Amino acid sequence: MRFMLLFSRQGKLRLQKWYVPLGDQEKRRLGRELVQTILGRKAKMCSFLEWRDLKVVYKRYASLYFCCAIEEQDNELITLEVIHRYVELLDKYFGSVCELDIIFNFEKAYFILDEFLLGGEAQETSKKSVLKAIEQADQLTSTCYQQASPRITSPTCYEHA
Amino acid sequence: MPAVSKGDGMRGLAVFISDIRNCKSKEAEIKRINKELANIRSKFKGDKALDGYSKKKYVCKLLFIFLLGHDIDFGHMEAVNLLSSNKYTEKQIGYLFISVLVNSNSELIRLINNAIKNDLSSRNPTFMCLALHCIANVGSREMAEAFAGEIPRILVAGDTMDSVKQSAALCLLRLYKASPDLVLMGEWTSRVVHLLNDQHMGVVTAAISLITCLSQKNPDEFKTCVSLAVSRLSRIVSSASTDLQDYTYYFVPAPWLSCKLLRLLQCYPPPEDGAVKGRLVECLETILNKAQEPPKSKKVQHSNAKNAILFEAISLIIHYDSEPNLLVRACNQLGQFLQHRETNLRYLALESMCTLASSEFSHEAVKTHIETVINALKTERDVSVRQRAADLLYAMCDRSNAKQIVAEMLSYLETADYSIREEMVLKVAILAEKYAVDYSWYVDTILNLIRIAGDYVSEEVWYRVIQIVINRDDVQGYAAKTVFEALQAPACHENMVKVGGYILGEFGNLIAGDPRSSPLVQFNLLHSKFHLCSVPTRALLLSAYIKFINLFPETKATIQEVLRSDSQIRNSDVELQQRAVEYLKLSSIASTDVLATVLEEMPPFPERESSILAKLKKKKGPGVVPVSELEDGKREGGELNGGGDRGPDSAMSSTPSPSADLLGLRSAAPVSAAAPSAGSLLVDVFSESGAGGPAAAVNDDGFLRFVCKNNGVLFENQLLQIGIKSEYRQNLGELPGFSASAVPPLSVPSGLGDGDLNVQTKPVEPLVEGGAQVQQVLNIECITDFSEAPQLNIKFRYGGALQNITLKLPVTINKFFQPTEMAATDFFQRWKQLSQPQQEAQKIFKANHGMDTEVLKAKLLGLGTALLENVDPNPENYVCAGVVQTKSQQVGVLLRLEPNAQAQMYRLTLRSSKDTVSKRLCDLLAEQF
Repeated sequence: MRFMLLFSRQGKLRLQKWYVPLGDQEKRRLGRELVQTILGRKAKMCSFLEWRDLKVVYKRYASLYFCCAIEEQDNELITLEVIHRYVELLDKYFGSVCELDIIFNFEKAYFILDEFLLGGEAQETSKKSVLKAIEQADQLTSTCYQQASPRITSPTCYEHA
Repeated sequence: MPAVSKGDGMRGLAVFISDIRNCKSKEAEIKRINKELANIRSKFKGDKALDGYSKKKYVCKLLFIFLLGHDIDFGHMEAVNLLSSNKYTEKQIGYLFISVLVNSNSELIRLINNAIKNDLSSRNPTFMCLALHCIANVGSREMAEAFAGEIPRILVAGDTMDSVKQSAALCLLRLYKASPDLVLMGEWTSRVVHLLNDQHMGVVTAAISLITCLSQKNPDEFKTCVSLAVSRLSRIVSSASTDLQDYTYYFVPAPWLSCKLLRLLQCYPPPEDGAVKGRLVECLETILNKAQEPPKSKKVQHSNAKNAILFEAISLIIHYDSEPNLLVRACNQLGQFLQHRETNLRYLALESMCTLASSEFSHEAVKTHIETVINALKTERDVSVRQRAADLLYAMCDRSNAKQIVAEMLSYLETADYSIREEMVLKVAILAEKYAVDYSWYVDTILNLIRIAGDYVSEEVWYRVIQIVINRDDVQGYAAKTVFEALQAPACHENMVKVGGYILGEFGNLIAGDPRSSPLVQFNLLHSKFHLCSVPTRALLLSAYIKFINLFPETKATIQEVLRSDSQIRNSDVELQQRAVEYLKLSSIASTDVLATVLEEMPPFPERESSILAKLKKKKGPGVVPVSELEDGKREGGELNGGGDRGPDSAMSSTPSPSADLLGLRSAAPVSAAAPSAGSLLVDVFSESGAGGPAAAVNDDGFLRFVCKNNGVLFENQLLQIGIKSEYRQNLGELPGFSASAVPPLSVPSGLGDGDLNVQTKPVEPLVEGGAQVQQVLNIECITDFSEAPQLNIKFRYGGALQNITLKLPVTINKFFQPTEMAATDFFQRWKQLSQPQQEAQKIFKANHGMDTEVLKAKLLGLGTALLENVDPNPENYVCAGVVQTKSQQVGVLLRLEPNAQAQMYRLTLRSSKDTVSKRLCDLLAEQF
């Protein structure tokens, strides 16, 4: 995988993970243009497209688009399930995840992704193992800042649209 | 109220994020960010005793600001400080910042590497993983220099925790991709390969990505992974859906690992070990079978995971390209997907079938889906799917369906998306040229192309149609008539005017007899377009006008009038002005004879690669256009502008289908003409596969296999393999793909003996690395006809010992054939003309191979002649014609092959104007059937 982007329906980038070395300018330009391309596509269209010299796989979950640019020889369908598994991990960790969770806890979203994918390849596909690793890390954390907060969106927001 | 997370919330951060979200405008956001940056800067500068939590919070804020798209130029040092914190979350944020905002500041890199080194040696798996993640995320050369030696040790050490192994494997992969020279597996190779056997599925899943990448670069060192991968795959495929517990994904056992295993196997040829291969074929069959079983879940995740494995298995089957049964099953499966309700599956099926179409085993099976694919091109709502359908139509096109496919692509062009029009135009132009049997169809197609999508017709395309019309005298009249009609349209594309101007200027005389297209009508038609055209087109038209003066003296006065007008002779454009002045002068002072000489019909264009093909290759990049498949068609399309008495100028080289029987080296057979040949032809794959004989030190006449084909493996032993790729045009041959791939380093000076051939070689590198390929190009010119093949003498040193291999180059007289199409009457007339006894050579011999019609046809086409239909009164017989092009002379050759199926015998008769040619061809061919 070359990179993964999460962005909102309004085109705001929520998470970006680059597995190939690119300059900041280049990343911003690529991100901006790809987001526009995908937002311009209709709902029932194919999840795969050839864009420039990239193979792109994307899927929309509620208000968020998950989009991966993969290598020529990578498998499109399994990439769709990489996305889904990541969504499941976020969902399990945050408990019915929504876009705001990812905005306010962006660092957690990155940590979970690093446990799941490393260097653009699946590192651990077991949901239990990934979550255990994250939970263990949280155990090492003092909990004094933790507080309960009301859910901002309805639990149904995690559903693929 | 902002949402605050589990774990440790950072309240200040949440408030800041909330503020940013509440900003009503971009300006307000920037203002808020600047305020925060100032605040953080003062905190970092002022209060030396900033606690870990605050530092973490501010670093996190900086990261957030950066991810919003703003530049950050400070805070790196504070982030590095966090790395050495003994609080996990502080360390974690430090690493995240470094991963995202790595800075090439060398002082900083040293500090970062120090911190990483400490964590790697901490023996705390959580810290080790953090450090490895950071290395994998940054992946810089500095990091590779510092850690590429250490990580393999961590990866294979017995006491390393599984989670650390997983991170180490992928970390190493990233470093290897960035700096392959720094990652040396060496002594670790076998232990890394054995990670495929690890009990922990997660470790296997991570390690296999590394192994796959390493195998691509060093296939020999890692080849033991094949049998391990097969047994691992076999265990997964045969396991029940719950056996693998958490590695089962929606009832599919280990889909990620399965896909990666199948991908790894694609780095290698089919396993040589029969048992391993049997097991693998069983796996592939099971996967194909499972596709037919009812789904275990209705969830899309289930079908995606299952089909991901299925597509990967199909890729492997296509990669092997050796199991006709599996290939056909794969094709049928994809055929089902073509009609699936899921757009994604239709897309992938179209894509996958494209590669299947180039396999000779499945090409026909793919073709049966033509209607579905055409339907997809017409009805798919998503342009990316339509694009795939167009690609597939292009890939499955051959002579039998070219007219239908070209017609469908043309009609699709009328409504095609702008983004893909140019490519579509190129493809239509290429197919039309490649498979044209009659030129009127070709001309119609290209003119339609200009009419429908003129803006997207690049120069290469219209140059090409002109080249072909110029080089083919039987299409010139038709072209003139058609282009004249096309120009009648009130609005026609400028490209049409260009083609029209050029063709009428050359061949307008061919239609001038018809009063509806008399010279003046033609001129007025062209000139009516003149004022709407750009300067280059006007210049072209002026040249057409002067040609008119030569062709039709009656137009001279009218045209001189035009040239003399101020708008031409005083045109502000220098080029137009100059042409007008010169042409006017030329037409006034030159005598008819001089004019006729100066303005003579254009000579045929020299032969070269079709420029449109080159353009498509360039556009799509190498590898995207299946080149072999393109060349495949050249033979069939070869008559388009090859052959004929005029000196053909084919841009298409005579390259018959690449052989599938590349490795089927046969034991040597005697050269003597009457002896039966053990040589196998490419078409014999089914009947003779697996009969490969031992490699000989001298190929003697293994070259007989190359009489009817141009590519293949000429020689192979333990040290090296020599492959041949060749192209011939008239009396010139090129063997550009003469390649040797060798196991050990060796040196290859080579010498060639030649007689009636002029053979030139280009020097090669003196040293060949093991496993590497070198190419040596041989250019061959046929001076006069010849019987003895040139010899290739290869001398090299291997392990100190001098090796000497002498090979007969598969260059035979028939390679210099140009096919000649002719009607029955012409054929018999010429046959009679060549009736002197020495002009004929005849042999009656027993069939050495099957007498299948298609096979025979393929061989005769491979020979280089044109196979003439409906000439011989007996439909069982084959009749061919061609011209052997040598530098000194051209030798017309007629061939007749009469099979007698009952007696399993052939009678072969050759007639040519030169006795040695008849004799030699007869000898050569008697070995082939």
